[in-house]
Amino acid sequence: MAASEEDILRSELRWSMVVGAAVTLIFAAILYAGLVLHVNPPSNIETIDPKTLHLSAEFTESNLGTKVEAGGQVTTRIVATQFAFDPQCVVVPSNEPVTLRLTSPDVIHGILVTGTNVNTMVIPGYVSQVHTVFTKTGDLLMPCHEFCGFGHSQMWATVRVVPRESFRPDADGRAACEKS
Amino acid sequence: MKSLERLTLAHLWVAFAAFTVACFFGVWQMWARSPLPAPFATPDHYFLSVTAHGVSMAFVLTTFFIMGFGYFTAETALERPLPGKAWAWLGFILALAGTLMATAAILSGRASVLYTFYPPLTGSPIFYLGLVLVVAGSWVWCVLMIVAMTQWKRANPGAPVPLAMYATVANAVMWLWTTAGVTAEILFIILPASMGWVDTVDVGLTRTLFSWTLHPIVYFWLFPAYIAFYTMAPQAAGGRLYSDTLGRLSFVLLLLYSLPVGMHHLFMDPEQSTGFKFVQMMLTILVSVPTLLTVFTIAASMEIAGRLRGGRGLFGWIPALPWERPMMLATGLSFVMLFFGGGGGLVNMGYGLNALIHNTSWVTAHFHLIFGGAVVIMYFAIAYEIWPRLTGREVVSTGAQRIQLWLWFVGMMVMSLPWHWLGLQGQWRRVAQFDYSNPIIAAWGPWVIVSLVGGVLLLASALLFIWNLASFRRRPFGAMAPFRFAVAVHPPTRVPAALNGFGLWNVLVLFLMVAAYGWPIAQFFVLGAPQAVVHRVDRGG
Repeated sequence: MAASEEDILRSELRWSMVVGAAVTLIFAAILYAGLVLHVNPPSNIETIDPKTLHLSAEFTESNLGTKVEAGGQVTTRIVATQFAFDPQCVVVPSNEPVTLRLTSPDVIHGILVTGTNVNTMVIPGYVSQVHTVFTKTGDLLMPCHEFCGFGHSQMWATVRVVPRESFRPDADGRAACEKS
Repeated sequence: MKSLERLTLAHLWVAFAAFTVACFFGVWQMWARSPLPAPFATPDHYFLSVTAHGVSMAFVLTTFFIMGFGYFTAETALERPLPGKAWAWLGFILALAGTLMATAAILSGRASVLYTFYPPLTGSPIFYLGLVLVVAGSWVWCVLMIVAMTQWKRANPGAPVPLAMYATVANAVMWLWTTAGVTAEILFIILPASMGWVDTVDVGLTRTLFSWTLHPIVYFWLFPAYIAFYTMAPQAAGGRLYSDTLGRLSFVLLLLYSLPVGMHHLFMDPEQSTGFKFVQMMLTILVSVPTLLTVFTIAASMEIAGRLRGGRGLFGWIPALPWERPMMLATGLSFVMLFFGGGGGLVNMGYGLNALIHNTSWVTAHFHLIFGGAVVIMYFAIAYEIWPRLTGREVVSTGAQRIQLWLWFVGMMVMSLPWHWLGLQGQWRRVAQFDYSNPIIAAWGPWVIVSLVGGVLLLASALLFIWNLASFRRRPFGAMAPFRFAVAVHPPTRVPAALNGFGLWNVLVLFLMVAAYGWPIAQFFVLGAPQAVVHRVDRGG
C-alpha cells in the first residue's frame, strides 16, 4: 500500500467522511424517534416531599392504583417503598393510553415492566411519569430494578393488562386487581 | 531492582491482587443468581460481594494499573528519570491506605451500598474516606504526569511530546476533571450524611454529580488500552503506527467528549429535563468518533505490518500478522469485543431506546464486554509486554500467555452475550436471587447457567494470568534492552502547539461542562426539591 504522507492524509480524510456519515445517520434516527415518534425519556421535573407523601393529596393510600380520570384518561399511581410496591398489583386496559405515576417515600427505586418499553427511575423528592400503551394482555412483572437495600430482590409487583371490555372501573372510576 | 521498576511493580501487583479477589466474588455472584443452589447465598452477602467486586475492579484495579503504567510510560517514553518519585510513593501509600480502609468497611458488612453509592442509602464513613484517599493518591499521579511532560518540553523546546506520554497526560487531565463530580458528592453530601451531621440529602443533586464522573471514569480505564493500541501493538506486529497526528487527535477528542456526556446515565431519571438529556445524548454520539478513528489507524498500521510480512490481497495481510505474540493477539481479540460492546453501547446512548434496556442485564453485559473484555485484556497484554523490562527476566515461551488471553476472550463472550439477551427479555440488575418459580423468570434459567460457565472460564483465566506473571521469577535474567514504543510511518518533527499540550482543550472542556452541566446542577439550588431522609445500611437500615 502506498504510504506517503499525502496518501495517509487522503485516506484519513476519506475515513473521516465515513465516520461523519455514520454519526449523522445515528443522530438523524434518534432525532426522528424523538421529534416525530415522540419517543422521549421520562423527564417531568415534578417535585414532591417524600417525608409527607401519605399526607399528599395524590399519593395517599386511598388514591393509589388505577383510576379513570374525569377526562377518560387512565392513570395508575404507585408508591415504591422498601421493599414493596403499593399496590402490589395494578390492573390496566390494553390498547389504551395509560399514564403511570410513581414516587418513593424513602430511597431510590426504579421500575421496568417486562416485555414493554416502560422504564423509569423512582427518585425520592420527584414524581416519575411514564405514558404508555400496553398492547399484550396478561400478567407482566414489574420489578424494582435499582438497588434499594437488602430486600431489593423481593421487591416486585404485577401489572395485569386486561382487554378493554373486561376493564370495569367502579363508580369512582377505580379499578383494582381481583383478590385471588 | 531500580526505583522505577519497584514503583511500577508495586502498583501493578496491588491492581492485579484486587482483580483476582474480585473475580472470585464475581463468579460467586453469578452462581447465587442462577437456578443452581449456591453456598452463603443471602442478600446481605450478595450485596457485600457486589460492592467488593465493583470497588476492586472499577476503583482499585484500574487506578493502580493506570498509575503504575503511567509512571513506567513517563520514564521510558520521555527517556529521563521520573521527577518526584518520593511523591509517587506518597500517592501509592495514600491510595493503598484508602483501599485497605474501604476493604475493611466492606468486609465488615457496613458499606454494602455498591460502588455507585445510591444515597440516601448510606454506609460507614470509613468506606467513603477510603475512596477519597484512593482519589487523592491518583491526583498525586496526575500532577506528576503533568510535571514530567512540562519539564521534558522545557528541555526539548518545540519537539513533539512522544505519543504515549501525550496520551497519558491527556488521561491525567481528564481524570482531574472527572473526579470533581464524585468528590463533590462525597465530601459535601454523602460524608456529612454518613457522619450523622445531616439527616437528609438532595437525591437529584447527588445523582447528577455522580453522573458527571460516571462516564469519563470509564474512559480513564480505557486510556491504557488505547495507548497500547497506538504505541505498542504496531511494534508487536512488526510494523509502524500509520499516523501519529490522528492518534493525538483521538486522545484529545476522548478528553473533550467523554466529559459532558454523563447524563446519558440519567435518561430514565425524573429530575432532569429532556432538553439537557438531548444535548448530552448528541455529545455522546460524538464520543464514538475517536474510537472510530482509532479503529481505522490501528487497522491501517496492522495492514502495513501484515504486508511487510508478505501478506497479499485484500485481506491476506490479516493471517500474515504475528498472532503468536500476546500483544498482537490481545489487540485482535480486544477489537472483536469492542465491536460487540460498541454496538450494544449505541442502544444504551439511544435517547429513546435506552428505556428498553435501562438497569437490565444488557447494561451489565455492555460494560463487562467493553471494560472487562476489550480493556482488561489489554491490561494483560501490557503486563506481558513490560514484565520482562520490569523484572529483568526473559520471556521463554508465550504459550501459556496466549491460552490465558483466549480463555479470557471466550469466557467474556460466553458470559456477556447471554446477558445481552436476558436484558432484552427484561432481566433486571442487582438482584441477589431470582424467583425461578415464576414462569417468565424460569425461562431465563438456562441462559443464566451458560453465563455462569463463562464466569468460571474468566476465573480460570485470571488465575492463569497471575501464574504467568509469577512464573517470570523462574526465568533467566536477560539483557535489559531499552523499552521502545512504536514509531509512526512518518515520525513527526513538529506538531501544532494545540496537539502538543492541553491549554486549548482545557478551555474547551470548561466551556462544554458549563454548557452541559451548568444548569442541570444549578437547578437544584433554584428548584429546592424536597430532600430525602438518610437510610443507614450499616445500622440495619
